[in-house]
Amino acid sequence: MSTKGYIEIDQELCKGCEICIHFCPKHAISQSSKVNAAGYSPASFSKNDECTGCAICALVCPEVAIEVYRG
Amino acid sequence: MAKVLMTGNAAIGEAAIRAGCQCYFGYPITPQNELTEYMATHLSRRKGCSFIQAESEIAAINMVYGASLTGARTMTSSSSPGISLKQEGISYLAACELPAVIVNMSRGGPGLGSISAAQSDYFQATRGGGHGDYRTIVLAPSSVQELADFTHHAFELADKYLIPVIILGDGMLGQMMEPVEFKYEAPEELPIRSRALRGAKGRPSKIIKTFTSKPAELEEINWSLFRRYQQIKKQETTCDTFMTEDARLIVVAFGIAARIAKGAIKTARSNGLKVGMLRPITLWPFPSEKVQELAKSVKQYLVFEMNMGQMVEDVQLALGGNGEVSFYGRPGGVIPTPSEVNKVISRLYYQKGLK
Amino acid sequence: MEKIYTRPKSLKKAAFHYCPGCGHSIVHRIICEVIDELNLQERVIGIPPPGCSVFAYHYFDVDMAESAHGRGAAVATGIKRAYPEAIVFTYQGDGDLAAIGTAETIHAANRGERITAIFINNAVYGMTGGQMAPTTLLEQKTTTTPYGRDIKLEGYPIKISEMLALTKGAVYIERTAANSPANIRKTKKAIRKAFQTQIDDLGFSLVEILSPCPTNWRMTPIEAWQWIDKVMTKEYPLGIIKDITGKQDAD
Repeated sequence: MSTKGYIEIDQELCKGCEICIHFCPKHAISQSSKVNAAGYSPASFSKNDECTGCAICALVCPEVAIEVYRG
Repeated sequence: MAKVLMTGNAAIGEAAIRAGCQCYFGYPITPQNELTEYMATHLSRRKGCSFIQAESEIAAINMVYGASLTGARTMTSSSSPGISLKQEGISYLAACELPAVIVNMSRGGPGLGSISAAQSDYFQATRGGGHGDYRTIVLAPSSVQELADFTHHAFELADKYLIPVIILGDGMLGQMMEPVEFKYEAPEELPIRSRALRGAKGRPSKIIKTFTSKPAELEEINWSLFRRYQQIKKQETTCDTFMTEDARLIVVAFGIAARIAKGAIKTARSNGLKVGMLRPITLWPFPSEKVQELAKSVKQYLVFEMNMGQMVEDVQLALGGNGEVSFYGRPGGVIPTPSEVNKVISRLYYQKGLK
Repeated sequence: MEKIYTRPKSLKKAAFHYCPGCGHSIVHRIICEVIDELNLQERVIGIPPPGCSVFAYHYFDVDMAESAHGRGAAVATGIKRAYPEAIVFTYQGDGDLAAIGTAETIHAANRGERITAIFINNAVYGMTGGQMAPTTLLEQKTTTTPYGRDIKLEGYPIKISEMLALTKGAVYIERTAANSPANIRKTKKAIRKAFQTQIDDLGFSLVEILSPCPTNWRMTPIEAWQWIDKVMTKEYPLGIIKDITGKQDAD
């Protein structure tokens, strides 16, 4: 199944606020178990085959940490 | 009562309540918010008392003016930029001979400045600060215990002399925690000044004003204020000395700078340097007589302040040329260390050829 | 695949110092998107307030000047009168615009100053540690209303935008929120219209944005974003408060 969309979350800019996780209509983002340099557990793109490239995550991300690709 | 560990800001609040402060009007500004918040928690629920977080520092000082008119013990607090806003109100309080306590937990300036402790409001506090010829008593605490004691004393002085009293603290004193003992209990009845505006019942109506269309009238008001200021100078000038008896060099410092200087002087003494300290406690009235007394035997003075040189001018004025004044200052909210100040003391001591 | 979302050009690459989930970060970004889209980067002069957003100049890549607390509308007036070609916006908190700055704000609006006020309403004084704001809700606990805001002691939350609408000089006032995808899109539209109002020389424009403050509301970011919908909009309903620009939404 080819995906329509793909995102990259900057793991050091992310502050783990989980807003993108909350709003993603495909539940394609989850909290990572890692901790970044600032002490936050960043969000990570987990369900690569569900993303439609709707860019809601980037719209709600306060840190401008998400770049969205759509094909 | 037993000693408690408290921040300076909170200690001021507790001391004010125990002094019978009835009304507190304030506004948020770093680094004194803990005082405003303390009053919000503890004063607001006391019987007959009022706490307001005003819409601005200007509103707050005018609320203080209003409450003071009715004879109530009232106070406000802020930090440097907010104290600038209050200057017109303080001028009015002084002109109308209204007691009030104004706490300034100074920060770096000018402008929005920094939130770190500084002593750059000395001129503002001791030269009136607002427009017109007036003075306010200025107390300079240098520990949390003194913040508590001087707050209580400020209310007493304000009522005794019908004058605004400024407590010139700083961000470091406000934020540090030290053991403090409160020597007074809150009064059963809130003290109300007899000379107050509370309605013309059984007496002719009273007017409190500052404006006059007759310059000669205003001149007499000014003279009368200054006669009182002379009284205050005679009776309330206070200072502290540390190891000045055999000193060859005297450091002059107030507030938190005096704490830092004390550490430096102890180190200098352990190295055999005969250094002492004069710590003005009332910045207005300034302890000029004490300076002149010390100058009979000590000719070298190092004024150390956290500013670009403000109290140094009062020391020079007091000496009247009968001594040499050097200055070391760090502005902007930089907190010097005792070892840094000790280096300055030592260098000066040797440069001046002191033994 | 092509990249369809990236950082606006006029938003500097600095990491935001704001708390996780803070509304400032969102609003900064969408103001920059509007500045890019309307091609204003070289004309804009912005005035941040004292407050959490005092460091806004680290993020907006436009000319910016600090203002004393509450005086943004007066500073903006001075700039615009002296240099009308500039597009001038203030970025103010609720205490800045509606407590200490009440007089300056009302009179700038009344004079119809051609400035745009971005009014961040988070019902609290954030930077100083969570004290009551003029827009704090009844019964809301803050560090200076530890028992909850009380009508008798602290009065009601103030509706400054509705009050400003009464001035003839204010021509466009809208209240939005930065707490959901739909609301963020509407906020961007409103900000764009506000700037367009200034470009078209019509009068004073203001966008009030209900903004989450998770730290001082003592909530998680998601809880804070939801609290705006569940509680804040009951007191501060979203929508156009005044629009006499006679224009459709800017496109």
